[in-house]
Amino acid sequence: MEAIVLQILSGLDGGSAYALIALGLTLIFGTLGVVNFAHGALFMIGAFCTVTLQRLLSYSHTVIDESQKDFLGNPLKVQVPYIQDWFGEAAANTIIDWSVPLAILFAIPVMLIIGIVMERGLIKHFYKRPHADQILVTFGLAIVLQEIIKAYYGANPIPAPAPDVFKGSFDFGVLLGFDANRIIYPYWRLVYFAFAALLITGVFVFLQFTTFGMVVRAGMADRETVGLLGIDIDKRFTIMFGLAACVAGLAGVMYTPINSPNYHMGMDFLVISFVVVVVGGMGSLPGAVLAGFVLGILQSFASMREVIEFLPGINQIVIYLAAIVILLTRPRGLMGRRGVMEE
Amino acid sequence: MFGLNAKDTRLFFIVIALVAFAPFLMNPFPTDSAMAQFNAGYPDLMQRFVIFGIFAIGFNILFGLTGYLSFGHAAFLGAGSYAAVWMLKLLTINVIPAIMISVIVAGVFALLIGFISLRRSGIYFSILTLAFAQMAFALAASVLTPITGGETGLQTALSDPRILDGARDAGGNIPAPGLWGMEMRDSAEWVVSGWQFTFNVGYYLAGLCMILAFYLSIRIFRSPFGMMLRAVKSNQQRMNYTGLNTRPYTLAAFVISGMYAGLAGGLMAAMDPLAGAERMQWTASGEVVLMTILGGAGTLIGPVLGAGFIKYFENIFSKINDNVLHQWFAFMPDGIEDFLVTIVHPFVGKGWHLTLGLMFMAVVIFLPGGLVEGGQRIARLFGRKKKAADKETDASKTPAE
Repeated sequence: MEAIVLQILSGLDGGSAYALIALGLTLIFGTLGVVNFAHGALFMIGAFCTVTLQRLLSYSHTVIDESQKDFLGNPLKVQVPYIQDWFGEAAANTIIDWSVPLAILFAIPVMLIIGIVMERGLIKHFYKRPHADQILVTFGLAIVLQEIIKAYYGANPIPAPAPDVFKGSFDFGVLLGFDANRIIYPYWRLVYFAFAALLITGVFVFLQFTTFGMVVRAGMADRETVGLLGIDIDKRFTIMFGLAACVAGLAGVMYTPINSPNYHMGMDFLVISFVVVVVGGMGSLPGAVLAGFVLGILQSFASMREVIEFLPGINQIVIYLAAIVILLTRPRGLMGRRGVMEE
Repeated sequence: MFGLNAKDTRLFFIVIALVAFAPFLMNPFPTDSAMAQFNAGYPDLMQRFVIFGIFAIGFNILFGLTGYLSFGHAAFLGAGSYAAVWMLKLLTINVIPAIMISVIVAGVFALLIGFISLRRSGIYFSILTLAFAQMAFALAASVLTPITGGETGLQTALSDPRILDGARDAGGNIPAPGLWGMEMRDSAEWVVSGWQFTFNVGYYLAGLCMILAFYLSIRIFRSPFGMMLRAVKSNQQRMNYTGLNTRPYTLAAFVISGMYAGLAGGLMAAMDPLAGAERMQWTASGEVVLMTILGGAGTLIGPVLGAGFIKYFENIFSKINDNVLHQWFAFMPDGIEDFLVTIVHPFVGKGWHLTLGLMFMAVVIFLPGGLVEGGQRIARLFGRKKKAADKETDASKTPAE
């Protein structure tokens, strides 16, 4: 029982990342009808927003500190971040410590701009082209973005630690009435899951209960009619693309303490995210979220020692195996609509 | 000739000529000139051109004709490679049985995967093939280590049984794959006043295979079977409503293209008897999709062009480093030289992916039909003067729908 709870819990954070990326992919596909292979790259750029902010915050100048001496007896040169000059030492340390959550604020405008520029500059010209062309051009774009990041930040992962408050683990078992120290779960993963749940709810609320969301949903159902009603649907879809980029970016920002950002993390997630989207059913937002969590938790169960001993190698293939089984039993994924991307 | 019409025959002979004279065509610059960087006439790269050409031709039979986008084709290439290396280990160092068994194994593998995957169409089919290939990759890299050599890969060893060879190769070296006394890595070199041409045994074997594969693909494209596959692409539903079961046709196309991939994998193993799991990874499957679309899906010559394009730039750009750049720009004043080197630096050497990505985007944005369409446009631009060339590209371009 404890093992099961633990596996479900540890499946949640992987599942959250899959669900967030898949949600963004489905948003783009459902609104614009574009298969965006650059979505993994957006996730990666989000993660590097954290790194950028970290670097900006710790941008410093050299001060000669007379009170400290180095081993030669000369005054020690210390690097003082500019924000320390502005806010004082304690505040500056707190700000740097909290750079990952702060990066959310930084990433939202950045990702929105990147998303909108991408849509207006490139994707717009590909609406009428075959899906294969869309895949190819966005794949090219993903490589370009990835290489730019690599050229600037290098090929090594850059650690971006969580705030001190969230370091360490949380004894979840006690809360549920199990023995102490049986179900240990890192705080940050809990935060990540909560954040993902919040973001997903936010997107659904936005689509379901705002006028803008209503128009977008109408546009997803029948773009032409909405256009004929005098609504500038293109503009709204562009904003939705920016929003989807934002969701992917924020998923990346918050993922940095779990996995240090590196330039190929987008590609690593991309393939699984596509599997998630398709298993969920093309064009279905709840399907994407559901499939993300289902596959994340399945993967976590397959990584249990007992399961691996029983079925060696299952942890490597369980997502794909599940995808095959689901697609063979449910032709359009978990919640897919008829006739979408079936030709 | 050979059951081809005049246009196809001409195209076929052009391909034969290109393959036969590649060592000259790929080496247009003298070895010691600054442009020698752009020479591609060394055996390793030429082998890769034709092998990936075969892979892409096979992929095109499935994707170009039926429109089914398989995202797991590298699995067949990998399976073919493993089968070939095992043949080299167990039976004989001669490459013929190895290549034959690689085609058969890949065909059986494709039959299994195709039988299941072809129950779905569109993106669902793509994801099914992707899932199978990723599973094959993950298993080959981990659990199946006794068969596949795991992450180090499968290679020939001195202690291999090699039943047919007996004690013939009992010397101190691991025998290299060969063909009745010739080794695949043997090359004849011909030096003519600064130019150096290399004629490699392995290259010509692979080239011969590619010519045969290309011929077969022309015949498939022009056959009633090919017509049926095109009908599937344009409207499968209508085919089904007329009471025709399309599954056997698509499955046959899938298996044929899997066998092409197996042939490519077998040849790879024959050139260099090492098979690794990374050959099955999705990036490898993605590469062949890129090659085919970049060259022009559904055209005869397109996939070969695409394969050549990608492999050429991959090799050439990754070879160029800062020293080479300084050499090129040496005639300029120092300041400008350094400036130019700094500008070009991110695009070459380790950054060649960036250039490749930009090229993909450029080709897809400006040439929707791939490189073949580019060729057609150029031919049209020159109008009557290049009428002959125009016909060639027309011959290679078959209607997409």
